[in-house]
Amino acid sequence: MKKLLAAALPAILAFALLAGCMSTSPSDGGLSGSVSTDGSTSMEKVIGALGEAFTTENPGVKFTYNPTGSGSGITAVLEGRCDIGLSSRGLKDDEKAQGLAETVLAYDGIAVIVHPENPVTGLTLEQITKIYTGEITNWSEVGGNDAEIVLIGREAGSGTRDGFESITGTEDICKYRQELTSTGDVITTVSQNPDAVGYASLASVKDSVRALSVDDVLPTEDTVKDGSYKIQRPFLLVTKTGTALSEPAQAFFDYITSDAAAEIIAKAGAVSAN
Amino acid sequence: MLKRAKTDKPAEAVIHGIFFLLGFVAVGCVLLITVYLVIAGIPAIREIGLIPFLFGTRWASTAAEPSFGILPIILTSVYGTAGAILLGVPVGFFTAVYLSKIAPAKVRAVLESAAGLLAGIPSVVYGLVGMLVLVPAIRNLFHVPDGASLLAAILVLAVMILPSIIKVSITALDAVPKEYEDASLALGATPIETYFRVSVPAAKSGIAAAVVLGVGRAMGEAMAVMMVAGNVANMPSLFQSVRFLTTAVASEMSYSSGLQREALFSIALVLFFFIMMINAGLNFLLKRGAGK
Amino acid sequence: MKRALSSGRRTYALLMRVLMTAAVGFTGVLTLFLIGYVLVRGLPNLTWELLFTKPSYLSDRIGILPDILNTIYLIAAALFFVLPLGVGAAVYLNEYAQNKKMVAVIEYAAETLSGIPSIIYGLVGMLFFCRFLNLKTSLLAGALTLVIMNLPTVMRTTQESLKTVPQSYREGAFALGAGKWRVIRTVVLPGCVDGILTGCILSIGRMLGESAALLFTAGFAHELCDFFEGLSSAGATLTVALYVYAKEQGEFDVAFAIAALLMILTLLINFLASLVGKRLNRRKEI
Repeated sequence: MKKLLAAALPAILAFALLAGCMSTSPSDGGLSGSVSTDGSTSMEKVIGALGEAFTTENPGVKFTYNPTGSGSGITAVLEGRCDIGLSSRGLKDDEKAQGLAETVLAYDGIAVIVHPENPVTGLTLEQITKIYTGEITNWSEVGGNDAEIVLIGREAGSGTRDGFESITGTEDICKYRQELTSTGDVITTVSQNPDAVGYASLASVKDSVRALSVDDVLPTEDTVKDGSYKIQRPFLLVTKTGTALSEPAQAFFDYITSDAAAEIIAKAGAVSAN
Repeated sequence: MLKRAKTDKPAEAVIHGIFFLLGFVAVGCVLLITVYLVIAGIPAIREIGLIPFLFGTRWASTAAEPSFGILPIILTSVYGTAGAILLGVPVGFFTAVYLSKIAPAKVRAVLESAAGLLAGIPSVVYGLVGMLVLVPAIRNLFHVPDGASLLAAILVLAVMILPSIIKVSITALDAVPKEYEDASLALGATPIETYFRVSVPAAKSGIAAAVVLGVGRAMGEAMAVMMVAGNVANMPSLFQSVRFLTTAVASEMSYSSGLQREALFSIALVLFFFIMMINAGLNFLLKRGAGK
Repeated sequence: MKRALSSGRRTYALLMRVLMTAAVGFTGVLTLFLIGYVLVRGLPNLTWELLFTKPSYLSDRIGILPDILNTIYLIAAALFFVLPLGVGAAVYLNEYAQNKKMVAVIEYAAETLSGIPSIIYGLVGMLFFCRFLNLKTSLLAGALTLVIMNLPTVMRTTQESLKTVPQSYREGAFALGAGKWRVIRTVVLPGCVDGILTGCILSIGRMLGESAALLFTAGFAHELCDFFEGLSSAGATLTVALYVYAKEQGEFDVAFAIAALLMILTLLINFLASLVGKRLNRRKEI
């Protein structure tokens, strides 16, 4: 039995090494190096698709994305832990003062989502504000079932939360039942609780929840683009001013802000800035 | 007669030195961890003030006027651990007595390996099952709007500490000298009376050590709790969404900066302090048991 | 003549029996339920495609091969460091140390290490390995954090098996003129390979299930890399991937598949550890 183990361990290691080797094809004179991005969880699908398209065309480049939240991404690029930071909220003045610059990649709507079984299909912006500040506490007050409204929101560093709270005028006074750390988490939680309401990046919304119309406007790419859907925010690329990006990072940056990337961004559910 | 090579002596000294260093790696690590936590955690406490930090009731780290009171978080950890102990210890204790004294060998083997398996399951798996089975169940059973609560965390923690309580208690009960039990039986006590009135008190320190071990584990659990407890820093109440010392650190760490980040290190320091106290208690109990 | 028990004593006995049965029944049912639920919901999703591909946004597909590789790399790297450290420390404690106080200090330190919560390891690991030693968020930083966490386990199991080597073996070798290191190398260590192996297996089990310590040190990436490249970049292990897929992406099928995989691996490791442990016990009786 010891012999079996002794043979098994190196076999596993060998398999691992080989499997790894098979994946990194030799770079034939193209770009090589790495691009690291860090930040907004709402931007996951968009940046993931863009990163994948980029590495398919440039197999020598390694692309990584760390989904840690807008606030964390800004900190990461400031501390030099990543090449490009991703934020789904505008930079604050003191962040810009520390030497950060923002480039708009796309626009994204923030959908107000409920469980598919919830009879409510739309709310006014005023109702949303009242719900989230605790003035309206029961679904029956807005045309739904007689059940207590369960408020789901994001953690304090979230760009989505920042966008939602600033547009609904509820900064610092939202009374959340749960504060979750990613857009996907909000979607998951709302999809499991018939009385929950939450907000999430439109690009990430799945069939497991339903997006409400706000002031009679349903969130779609078109309504975000022409501005009629009010709750929206930009997807930003954050870089350090005065420090040049590495060659692969700069190439990636140019690629995703070009027209060629617009289609991928649209497919991922956001509205390209171009 | 074998002649020892002359070059052996300095080589021996070097090797002895190497092993000496290796031996102290563990000590070095403990010192490293303690030093880092203290250095990282003290600044925020100094700035916020020890009393407002430990006893303030509002944690709002990113508000326009931030407030860093962690009393609700400390109390949540305390109540959560207490709840887990209240549920887990009786179940673990009675299971251990049965397995150690009464169960036939085959049953004991099967159940002991079951307990071993429970101990080995990663905490995220507990969190996953808790999130998808326990939380909706609490919501439906108790008619609360949202099942992610202190109760869910207590139940998950109780299940997680069960295997360690069982294992350590069994070891303690097994170690009770057979003479004690034989003497009790000879005096006319029934087997059950013997086990509970003689063996258990004899294994008292070992069982207490099991409880303290459980307390340590419950207090330090982060992942499973993060998935079922809701993560809002309320004062603890059974059906409220709550934040533990561990989840407070884990959930805000990645995006924090400045005073908020330092405050998180201070929370970790407080947690570390609690755990050290618990460990000291454990050692004391074990020494008492060994001294018998 | 047998005297009947008083009713009070009979109720006591009955009560205790009921409590014990309830407790044991609960534990058994709980274990069965956990294992059963995870396997039932997870095994159907454990497809070939899931196991051997990496996730793709463009083709909307999830694969856990990168996570499996990351886990293997992490454990391999951690074992590479923890085995010499742990065995060395145990050898020192058992073979070289003269001062009882020093032994007590080291053993106390090891006990302390094993009680520290994993989130604190993650935090200190991030501060020390990622920032101070500038390893950034990487599998290597995660591996080194796991090394400190598992040091006590390896130390303890090695010590136990060192103690089973009969003192007469050592004395015989000394009598033949061998130096201490030679004795250890040729007589003692070969005899405790079983114990070291047990420690190895137990550590692998613990590392497999670790997540909190890796969140801040090893990160979340899902890239396919070879060994050395993987060590220097961020990567999610199976447990971290489970957490992300379940909590942040709502992909429960994938999460349960990973959970089922982890469950099977845990079963395997428990089984292996008990096998090796049995061999160790048999030697103890010699």
